Amino acid sequence: MKVLTANRLFDGEAVWLAADHSWAETLPAAHVAHDEADEERLAAHGKLSAARNEVVDVELIDVQLVDGAIVPLRLRERIRAAGPTVRGDLGKQARAVPALAAA
Amino acid sequence: MYRYDEFDRAFVEARVAQFRDQVERRLKGEITEDQFKPLRLQNGVYLQLHAYMLRVAIPYGTLSSRQLRMLAHIARTYDKGYGHFTTRQNIQFHWPALAEIPDALADLASVEMHALQTSGNCIRNISADHFAGAAADEVADPRPYAEILRQWSSAHPEFSFLPRKFKIAFTGAERDRAAIQTYDIGLHLKRNAEGELGFAVWVGGGQGRTPILAKKIRDFLPHEELLSYVTAIVRVYNLEGRRDNKWKARIKIMVHELGAAEFARLVEAEWENLKGGDLSLPQADIDAIEAYFAPPALPDRPEGDAAVRAARLDSRTFSDWLDRNVVTHRHPDYAAVTVSLKAIGETPGDISDAQMDAVADIAERYGFGEIRVSHEQNLVLPHVARADLPAVHDALVAQGLATSNIDLISDIIACPGLDYCSLANARSIPVAQQIALRFSSLERQREIGELKLNISGCINACGHHHVGHIGILGVEKKGGELYQVTLGGAADEHASLGEIVGRGFGPEEIVDAVETIVETYLSLRHDRAERFIDLYRRLGAAPFKEALYGAEARVA
Ligand code: SF4
Repeated sequence: MKVLTANRLFDGEAVWLAADHSWAETLPAAHVAHDEADEERLAAHGKLSAARNEVVDVELIDVQLVDGAIVPLRLRERIRAAGPTVRGDLGKQARAVPALAAA
Repeated sequence: MYRYDEFDRAFVEARVAQFRDQVERRLKGEITEDQFKPLRLQNGVYLQLHAYMLRVAIPYGTLSSRQLRMLAHIARTYDKGYGHFTTRQNIQFHWPALAEIPDALADLASVEMHALQTSGNCIRNISADHFAGAAADEVADPRPYAEILRQWSSAHPEFSFLPRKFKIAFTGAERDRAAIQTYDIGLHLKRNAEGELGFAVWVGGGQGRTPILAKKIRDFLPHEELLSYVTAIVRVYNLEGRRDNKWKARIKIMVHELGAAEFARLVEAEWENLKGGDLSLPQADIDAIEAYFAPPALPDRPEGDAAVRAARLDSRTFSDWLDRNVVTHRHPDYAAVTVSLKAIGETPGDISDAQMDAVADIAERYGFGEIRVSHEQNLVLPHVARADLPAVHDALVAQGLATSNIDLISDIIACPGLDYCSLANARSIPVAQQIALRFSSLERQREIGELKLNISGCINACGHHHVGHIGILGVEKKGGELYQVTLGGAADEHASLGEIVGRGFGPEEIVDAVETIVETYLSLRHDRAERFIDLYRRLGAAPFKEALYGAEARVA
């Protein structure tokens, strides 16, 4: 299972591609690709969006579903989705609807 | 303190305008990311895990109160209210929006600051002993020479596209507080038997994937030949250094492969054509730059002794702080104060905007408006009258900046690691915090004595783990974090590289492992005078291996 992630060009915010092809600021809103065809569609959209100068550093990352929540396999991506583990007051984790915890 | 001349000012302002234009064109989509990335890096802008990161240069770690207040303003206005001092005496802001960075750079330019030479394969921002100009053991202030090199290397066309980045450090004392043996070029300002000033020249040091200590290729270079000789070194490297393999491109590999003697021969041959020529520094030019670094006039303040004695009797906290965080100044009525950015449980090197403002105020009131950044990620007030130490202490306590732990186990060097850095394999900061909390008792820390513990979140070694008495390197293993421990490193004039002690430790084990190492040291040392590093040099890794892995080795 994969989701497509990137950083928004103008402010660097970590974002994930949602089902409606918008870039969501939190991981739970991401569209999860369950098969290769779906992954390719995501990647193609990412390429297009990068070419439109909306985002940079586009990447497909591995995730799993834990009790229905999207959890990246790599700690690096869990930290991107949450914020610094040493500053709970910063990053996505500090928002009103908290994203998942990193570690 | 050095102030820009007209050329510097025009140059920096032109660069800000140019970068503003580049950012605008990027945001409009007129240039691609591939075209833009090298441009933003030349202006200190990286993309990290959560956002862009802006790295601001602090040449030779010297700041004025006015500049530190501007850094506080940047943190408040364009970031999230804090900054992070790095092991290269620079400061990083972790959250600026690309669209706003040109404004931040314009604000910085108004106090003669910039982000040049903080990235790319150029001669990077030059560092120096954080006690330069103040230390009692110093031969002369090395910063005027660092400034001469800075002016010479800024945007120097011959040296802007080197095989790899190139770092230079200066010390003006026998006791090396600038870790010069870990640099591409380390310069030790000294006097010869005739009393003339010159440099011992060290070349080919570096950390990262292949740590190598620098070799001394010349014991005494007359100071006026600084530029000609450094040019010869960089020219030999630029012509013969490897560009085919990023991991072999640093000068350390070249010096290592050729041997120091052969490398020195090439440099001396190149220098033959340069010395005594255009690059020789006229004394008038050295004097002109030196004038900028003239120390503040330090009026005699003989009442300091009595004031300090009284405050010592009055307060144990003050007394501990005096012993750990205050060092002798060349003027007997003054002292240099280290402001600890290592409060127990906090992020090493982090400082809030309010704390920056407070330090700027304290420096202005009691320290001639001068601040230094140390490569150990602390701040320094280089000239404080001893009579004012109690007041300075109280003011720092109020800001949480007076932890009496300099050179103790909680004075940890730690890079940002996986909490921020896109190159990281593991987190550094939480490990540093947990170790500091485990050893939170300052009494216990003092009992342990001098112990330098350094942590890096990947093999790039920004956290100087190779030269920590105890070094910790984070690696990624099976999707999780693993910490490799090295012992016996040192970054001073007796520099050495740490040796890997054995298999790594998981995040839940690493603090226990450090405690085991410390307890082993305590049980074996002759007495308190034998520091951890002394004991390691006497006994080697064996007792530590036994303590860490003994039982398990016997089972296996
Ligand atoms: S050592 Fe690695 S993880 Fe740490 S700051 Fe440097 S590049 Fe990042």
